[in-house]
Amino acid sequence: MAAKGFVEISVEGCKGCGLCVHHCPVKCLSLKMDDTNSFGLHYAYLSNEETCIGCANCAVICPDAAITVYRQSKAV
Amino acid sequence: MKDGYELVYKRPATLLDARMHYCPGCFHSTMHKIIMEVVEEMGIEEDTIGVSPVGCSVFAYNYMDIDFQQAAHGRACAVATGIKRSLPDKFVFTYQGDGDLAAIGTAETIHSCNRGENFTIFFINNAIYGMTGGQMAPTTLEGQKTSTSPYGRDIKNVGHPLRMAEMVSQLPGVAYCERLVLNTPANVRKAKKSIKKAFEIQKQGLGMTFLEVVSNCPSGWKCSPVESLDFVGEDMLKYYPLGVKKDVTANSN
Ligand SMILES: Cc1ncc(C[n+]2csc(CCOP(=O)(O)OP(=O)(O)O)c2C)c(N)n1
Ligand code: SF4
Ligand code: SF4
Ligand code: SF4
Ligand SMILES: [Mg+2]
Repeated sequence: MAAKGFVEISVEGCKGCGLCVHHCPVKCLSLKMDDTNSFGLHYAYLSNEETCIGCANCAVICPDAAITVYRQSKAV
Repeated sequence: MKDGYELVYKRPATLLDARMHYCPGCFHSTMHKIIMEVVEEMGIEEDTIGVSPVGCSVFAYNYMDIDFQQAAHGRACAVATGIKRSLPDKFVFTYQGDGDLAAIGTAETIHSCNRGENFTIFFINNAIYGMTGGQMAPTTLEGQKTSTSPYGRDIKNVGHPLRMAEMVSQLPGVAYCERLVLNTPANVRKAKKSIKKAFEIQKQGLGMTFLEVVSNCPSGWKCSPVESLDFVGEDMLKYYPLGVKKDVTANSN
């Protein structure tokens, strides 16, 4: 089944603070520990694409507005 | 975008496409973002003027796509008084840290609240002087370690942390006063509603609107951004209780 939602995270806009990872209710975000952006920061990414529910909690808490959120359109 | 999906959140257009200089996880960024979301949602980007302080948020004008003036340390309320009185139809706000608003700028703050000036104060209380290297502020908690209170704040020596929201709510010139926090998605969403309410009361010309934000400073507190959530949620909120301290519109709607 397709995931209810998905997010796009700006690699360069992310500061690796981890607040989105901490507040995601289904724990589908992680910090990329084996890579950094050009600022040397471990950026956040959608590590479990199947479970995102598109709740936007991550985007709301992200201080740097680095996250865009999409949710499955309601079936018409 | 993928087929069958719709956009539910994107960065507000009123927040300039610039990298904010704040440390990772700093709520200054969060507050900038949600003020700009409210300005965008209300469609008032051409009618809003901010006044930035001295402190970490001195460069707020580099991020918010509205008109701005930067004030000398502590004097944002005096500058905003002049702007609002000469341009009464504009939405005017100050954006000030606790060192700026509650130490060097205490007089300007109290007197502009007492005069009932019609602007909004966003007071970012992170219990420390972030910009200058983590010195003790009037709002530093009892026992809290800072670079100038290395053994923890001693209230016998330097007095008690100032509860600004409770203080200014006593002044007749204040129309709306609330303390907010940005530590969870639910609280950020709630804070946006309060910002909108403050702007609406400002539009009605009812007096000063004062929003204190219990904020963080991972760098000054010497902890990670996620750890700062615990200090905010447990220590800060115990001494700085959330809630509406005053609302002159409470019985009228
Ligand atoms: C007249 C004057 N006195 C002192 C300073 C030094 N100074 C710069 S920022 C600051 C305090 C900043 O703390 P706060 O207002 O809490 O802002 P934060 O950085 O924590 O957001 C001080 C004392 C100054 N720039 N100008
Ligand atoms: S939208 Fe919700 S579920 Fe999806 S990553 Fe963000 S917080 Fe997690
Ligand atoms: S909250 Fe924003 S800045 Fe922080 S790790 Fe997540 S995407 Fe990056
Ligand atoms: S020093 Fe503190 S208040 Fe200033 S940007 Fe860094 S975390 Fe934020
Ligand atoms: Mg401060």
